[in-house]
Amino acid sequence: MPAARIEFSKGLQDFIQEWKDKPGNLIMILHRVQQEFSYIPREAAERLAEELSMPLAKIYGVITFYHLFKTTKPGKHRIAVCMGTACYLKGGQTLLEECEDILGIKGHEVTDDGLFSIDAVRCVGCCGLAPVLMVGNDVYGKLTKEQVPEIIAKYRG
Amino acid sequence: MAYKHFILVCGGTGCESSKADDIYKELISQAEAQGVKDDVQVVKTGCFGFCEKGPIVKVLPAESFYVEVKPSDAKEIIAEQIVKGREVTRLLYKDDKQKDRIKVEDIQFYQKQFRIVLRNCGIINPENIDEYIARDGYAALEKVLSSMKPNDVIAELKKSGLRGRGGAGFPTWRKWEFSRGPQADQKYVVCNADEGDPGAYMDRSTVEGDPHSVIEAMAICGYTIGASKGFVYIRAEYPLAIERLKIAIAQAKDYGLLGDNILGTGFSFDLEIRLGAGAFVCGEETALLKSIEGSRGMPIPRPPFPAIKGLWGKPTVINNVETWANIPVIITKGGDWFAKIGTETSKGTKVFALTGKVNNSGLVEVPMGTTLREIIYDIGGGIRGGKKFKGAQTGGPSGGIITEEFLDLPIDYESLTGLGSMMGSGGLIVMDEDDCVVDVSKFYMEFCVDESCGKCAPCRIGTNQMHSILERITKGTGTMEDLDKLEKIGHAMKRAALCGLGQTAPNPTLSTIRRFRDEYLEHIVDKKCRAGKCKDLVVFSIDKDKCIGCGLCARKCPVNCITGDKTQKYTINAEACIKCGECFKVCKFGAVLKN
Repeated sequence: MPAARIEFSKGLQDFIQEWKDKPGNLIMILHRVQQEFSYIPREAAERLAEELSMPLAKIYGVITFYHLFKTTKPGKHRIAVCMGTACYLKGGQTLLEECEDILGIKGHEVTDDGLFSIDAVRCVGCCGLAPVLMVGNDVYGKLTKEQVPEIIAKYRG
Repeated sequence: MAYKHFILVCGGTGCESSKADDIYKELISQAEAQGVKDDVQVVKTGCFGFCEKGPIVKVLPAESFYVEVKPSDAKEIIAEQIVKGREVTRLLYKDDKQKDRIKVEDIQFYQKQFRIVLRNCGIINPENIDEYIARDGYAALEKVLSSMKPNDVIAELKKSGLRGRGGAGFPTWRKWEFSRGPQADQKYVVCNADEGDPGAYMDRSTVEGDPHSVIEAMAICGYTIGASKGFVYIRAEYPLAIERLKIAIAQAKDYGLLGDNILGTGFSFDLEIRLGAGAFVCGEETALLKSIEGSRGMPIPRPPFPAIKGLWGKPTVINNVETWANIPVIITKGGDWFAKIGTETSKGTKVFALTGKVNNSGLVEVPMGTTLREIIYDIGGGIRGGKKFKGAQTGGPSGGIITEEFLDLPIDYESLTGLGSMMGSGGLIVMDEDDCVVDVSKFYMEFCVDESCGKCAPCRIGTNQMHSILERITKGTGTMEDLDKLEKIGHAMKRAALCGLGQTAPNPTLSTIRRFRDEYLEHIVDKKCRAGKCKDLVVFSIDKDKCIGCGLCARKCPVNCITGDKTQKYTINAEACIKCGECFKVCKFGAVLKN
C-alpha cells in the first residue's frame, strides 16, 4: 500500500534534505516535523520512513521513547505546569489541579474546542520563580491558585 | 565612541520570563527618546544568579544593583541615572539588616561565592564573542595550540585535580588520557548539556551566559585527544541556551576559532548541536551517545567505557557543561592555582541551583568544602517565613537528604556520598517543616518510574514496586512489612540495575528512611502526616474555643461542608471534606486545626 502523501512545507523538505545523510539524524528531523505539525502525525512518520529508508518501527520506537514527541494533536494553547522539585514543593500540584478543574480535562487531554491542553512537565528551569506554569511560550511564575483563572481567561479570546 | 554608562540587563531564562527582554528594549528606546543613546550602552548578559530578586539590572560604573525591575521603570532609570546622574533609590537592593544602599560585593548573597565557572555570567553579552575574548577568552586555546603538547594539557589537568561535575566525580584527566591512547580514524568530544534533574539549572545558565567557555574547552580537548569533531547534546527544553550556543558556534567559526586550520596551526575541529527530547536517562553517558546516534536512549553496560568505545564505536570524551567551563581557566591560570581551591579530594568550586524553601533562590558558586549552613543561611538567607529547616536534597532523584546535624560538614564528593547522598549535578533543594519526606520520596520515585527506560528489570520493576509501596504509605494503608520491603528492593536495585539511574533511584527513599524513620512510622502506625501533605491522613476540624463564628471558612469552602453560625460556632463535616485546606488558610484566629 502506498504511503499517504502528507504535505511537507518547503522548509521542512529542505531540512530533511540537509540532514538526510548525516548519521544520527532521526531525532533532529522529528523535532523539525513536530515544529511543523505541533505533533507527529502517523502519515508524517510513514513519509519519513520512506524518505530516510528507515523502518517505520524504528521511527515509532524513537517517538514513543522520548517524552517531548507527541503522537496526538495538542491544544492550540498548551498549558505546561512545572512539576520540577522546587515547583512541586511550592504548590505545583495545586496549580495543576486548578487548571484541570477550570478546563474540565485531565493532564495530557485536550479540551473539546481544541483550544487548551494540559501537561505536567519536568522542570522548565525557572526554579527561582517557583511555582511556574507556561502557556505556549509565556512563563508565569510565583503563582498562587487564585491567579490561574485569570491567566487562562487571557487565552480564551 | 566611548560610552559613559553601561546598563546590564539579566538575560537568563528566569529573568527573561519576567519580562527582562521588554526592560532591555524599553531601556534602549528610552535612551534614544531622551537623547542619551550615545552615552549609554545597554547589554543583555547571562544570569546574575540572584534569581529570587529578578529581573536584575546593573548600572556601571556606578555599580547600582537594581532588583525586581519592571519595563515601566526603564524611563526613570534613564531619566534619573543616565541624564541626571542620580540613582533610582527605590529599585536598589536593600538588605533586611541594613536599610541603606549596599555595594554589590557586600550583598550577602554574593559573599562566600567564588566564581570560576560563572566568571562571565552577568558580565558579558553572551551573544558577542568580542566580549568573551576581552576577558581572556580563547587565550587558553591559543596557549594550548601554540605552546603545549597533548601530554602537557593532560598533566595540567592532572595537577588541577578537576573531577567530573556531572555527578560521579571521575577525574577528568584520566578520561582524556584513556581516549588519547588508542589509535582511531575518528574520535569524538561530547558535551553533556542534558540537564534533567528537576530543580537544577546550573548548566542551562552557564550555556546561556557564557557559551564560548564550553566551545573553547571542547576544542582544547579535541586537540589533546586527537578528535576533529564534537557534539553538544542539549535539552530541547532550553531554547534560549540553544540559540545562544548556535550564535556562539557561528561566531567562533567566523573568527577561525572553530573549523579548519584553527589559528593557522593545522588543527581542525568542528562542533554540532544535537537536541535531546525529554528523557532523563539520556544524562547517563552511554544513553546520551545512543541518543546522538538517533536511537532510543538506552544505556549499555560498561566497560567498555565511552572513552575507549563511545559514539559510533569510537573513542569519545564526554564531560558535562560545568566541567568544560572550568578548563579554559585551568589552562590560563595553571593547575596549581586551581588545586589550591577546595578540599583534599575535591578541587575547585561547585555551582548549585539553590531552590525550595530558602529566602534567596538562585545560582551560587562556592569553593568545594563550603558547608551547607553557609550556603543555606549565609548565601540563601535562611528558611522562608522563619520556618524550621528539615533537610536539603542534593543530587536530585539520585541523591539523598541531608539533615540539620550535618549542616556544618564541608561539602565535597566524598562527604556527600558518605551521607548516602551524592554531589550530583548541583540541584540543592531546601525543605522545611511543611514538607513531608514520604511525599517527597514518592515524588522522586514517580519521576524515576516515568524516566526508567525499561531495559533492565531491577529498575523497570523495582521503581514501580517502590512507588506503589510509597503510595500506600502516604494513603495510610502501608504496613511495617512494607517498610522492610522498600529497603530490600532498594538495596537490590543498587546492586543489580544496569545504569546510574536505576542504581541511584532508591537513594531518596533509603536516605529518608534512615534519617526520618519516625515519620514513616507515623504514617504507617498512627496514620498521621505531621507536615499535613498527605491528604488522606489529614483531618480538618474547628477548635470551638478559638472560633469566633465569623463564617469566613464556610464561605470559602468549595464543597460547602462547613456549617454553623455565630452562636453555635462552625463545624466541618469530615465525610464531605475534600481536604483542600482553604479553611485552614483563611482562618485568622488559628481555629481551624490540621490533623
